[in-house]
Amino acid sequence: MAPVPPADLTPSPKPAPKPPWWRDRRVVPWVVQAVVGLLVLLLIAFLMGNLIRNLTAAGLLLSWRWLQQPAGFDISESVLPFNAQLPYWRALAAGLVNTIRAVLVSIVGATLLGTLVGMASFSHNGLLRRLARVYVEVVRNIPLLLQLVFWYFVVFLTLPNGLQAIQLPGVVLAKSGLYIAGLGEGLRWMGPTLVNGVWQAPVRLSVEFGALLTGLIVYSGAFIAEVVRGGIAAVAKGQWEAASSLGLSWFATLRRIVLPQSLRVIVPGLNTQYISLAKNSSLAVAVGYTDLYSVAETTLNQTGRAVEVILVLLGAYLTLDLLISALMNGLNRLVQIRER
Amino acid sequence: MLWNRTRTLGASLLAAGLLAGCAGEDGGVQSQKLSTITGRGKLICGVEGKLPGFSFVGPDGKYLGLDVDVCKAVAAAVLGDPAKVEYRDLNSSERFAALASGEVDLLSRNTTMTLSRDAPGGNGLSFAPTTFYDGQGVLVPVASGIKDLKGLAGKPICVESGTTTELNLADRMREQNIPYTPLKFQTSDQTFAAYLGDRCVAVTSDRSQLAGKRTSFPNPDAHTLLPVVMSKEPLTPATTNGDPAWADAVRWIVYGLMQAEESGITQANVDAKLAEAKANTNQADLRRFLGVEGDFGKLLGLPPDFVVKAVKAVGNYGEIFDRNVGPASALKLDRGLNRQWKDGGLIYSPPFR
Repeated sequence: MAPVPPADLTPSPKPAPKPPWWRDRRVVPWVVQAVVGLLVLLLIAFLMGNLIRNLTAAGLLLSWRWLQQPAGFDISESVLPFNAQLPYWRALAAGLVNTIRAVLVSIVGATLLGTLVGMASFSHNGLLRRLARVYVEVVRNIPLLLQLVFWYFVVFLTLPNGLQAIQLPGVVLAKSGLYIAGLGEGLRWMGPTLVNGVWQAPVRLSVEFGALLTGLIVYSGAFIAEVVRGGIAAVAKGQWEAASSLGLSWFATLRRIVLPQSLRVIVPGLNTQYISLAKNSSLAVAVGYTDLYSVAETTLNQTGRAVEVILVLLGAYLTLDLLISALMNGLNRLVQIRER
Repeated sequence: MLWNRTRTLGASLLAAGLLAGCAGEDGGVQSQKLSTITGRGKLICGVEGKLPGFSFVGPDGKYLGLDVDVCKAVAAAVLGDPAKVEYRDLNSSERFAALASGEVDLLSRNTTMTLSRDAPGGNGLSFAPTTFYDGQGVLVPVASGIKDLKGLAGKPICVESGTTTELNLADRMREQNIPYTPLKFQTSDQTFAAYLGDRCVAVTSDRSQLAGKRTSFPNPDAHTLLPVVMSKEPLTPATTNGDPAWADAVRWIVYGLMQAEESGITQANVDAKLAEAKANTNQADLRRFLGVEGDFGKLLGLPPDFVVKAVKAVGNYGEIFDRNVGPASALKLDRGLNRQWKDGGLIYSPPFR
């Protein structure tokens, strides 16, 4: 066997010829980015120029003074105290709080429902498994707007009213809303009471809110169920087998072994679903719930400041979604595998 | 990075706002609209689309109603054919944006004329003559026994969002210190569906609209209009401030329909009147009005006989009213304020001079 000659480690005296710039790894990405950046800037400049030109032609220049003027309309349910004499910005703030309230409750509800259904699709019980499939396929293939209208007009508006309302101790479910006992005036415990044909109670949720919540939870729950199912399926089969060889039950395996590992796959998917949910909440106007979009629409019509109101709307939904995204990205970092 | 991007976006939006604030004025007043419409060969008219008596689709699939007849009259006057109209159904929230963006040439959609909608600092609309003087009313089920606004205290009231109705309701209830819950919906269909679903004890809108909608209820007699009239609602066709010449053309076509009624010119006798005007050189008023002499049409950028064409297409104002909302219709509304000024109403055309 001939000895292997040692590799020539000395650098070749002549460096490789420099490639032309269009094949240079250090140059090409910069050129591409510069061109794309320029195109985007041109597009924005064109759109802005168009907006300004047309607004000027129509005599409608941007102004923000209307924000301070009294709104003059009422909001049917508001967490922030509100009346018609308060300015538009307070109305928009009340709408935003209503939106956030609906989004937060829906996110919690849809996550619970979606996780349960996602888990159910791995159940040993065939009926449960098929039910989960049917729910997912039916719900995610029907437009959300239709579902909201269904929940509101077909389900909630057919509830009985007045004395015929569904009455349980401390809770009344009527056509006008859900009434729950709580601390009323003077910190006295108060149950729901019928005053002049209208139910009154310390805690009141309108049917509009109920229809919106039900619609959003059922709809987003179906998508989240699929995300959870995907996450569970991504965990190696060996983990199931190892857990069952240790004698863990189906539920304990899922809860202690599989779900924690599947979170790595689930969390990024959940992020998308939460963002969709926040945006979908703007369909509330179809069922008469006074969310940000509904308030903005009334504001737009009364002030005629279409561009400004739309900018406010864009900014609010963008901020809300970026916040959700930031929180979920933080959660994502927590559940990733940490190298030690 | 994310924060930076957000900030950049904010900054560019802010810059846009500032730039728009400084931008100068464009002083052109050419009527682009008229030439666009004649070039296109049809008028695009924004209507409500689901309101019996004003604009709705009849059993044969054709649009009918008082608002629709205004569109037809304008199309006949400008293009010589009342059928050359494309109708766009617009809800209360879309209507002004559709008009401002030029998506529709004319808004003939039971729209109340108000200061803020007219003013350049508001919606910047240009209103034609009012075609229907209305007032806001309240519809309640007869069984509820409610007789006045006080009876609505603490109860939910259905109202369409983005209407003057919504504001008037808030004002009237505030004046009388009556607490209530407004339930707002985006379209009149949803508003009335919620009312018929018993979610609200009352629905409020223009009285003519309530009367029109009631005709399509399962049981119209179970609902009654409260006597209270909460506001003035002059329902008026509109164009934008952007094209004053087009606004003038629409204005005088509508006045032409009103003047035709005053002069006794109807769809049936307009040809006879025209022949009479042509034969009789002494009838100066009639000759000018029907375009036999003078240049009224030309002044507006319209054909000389635009009034003849409009009246031949849809009849005079009185005929339009009777056919769509008056005794000959399902609504059976009284002429009321919409009588000619000679009969004590508010319909009054300035002279064709």
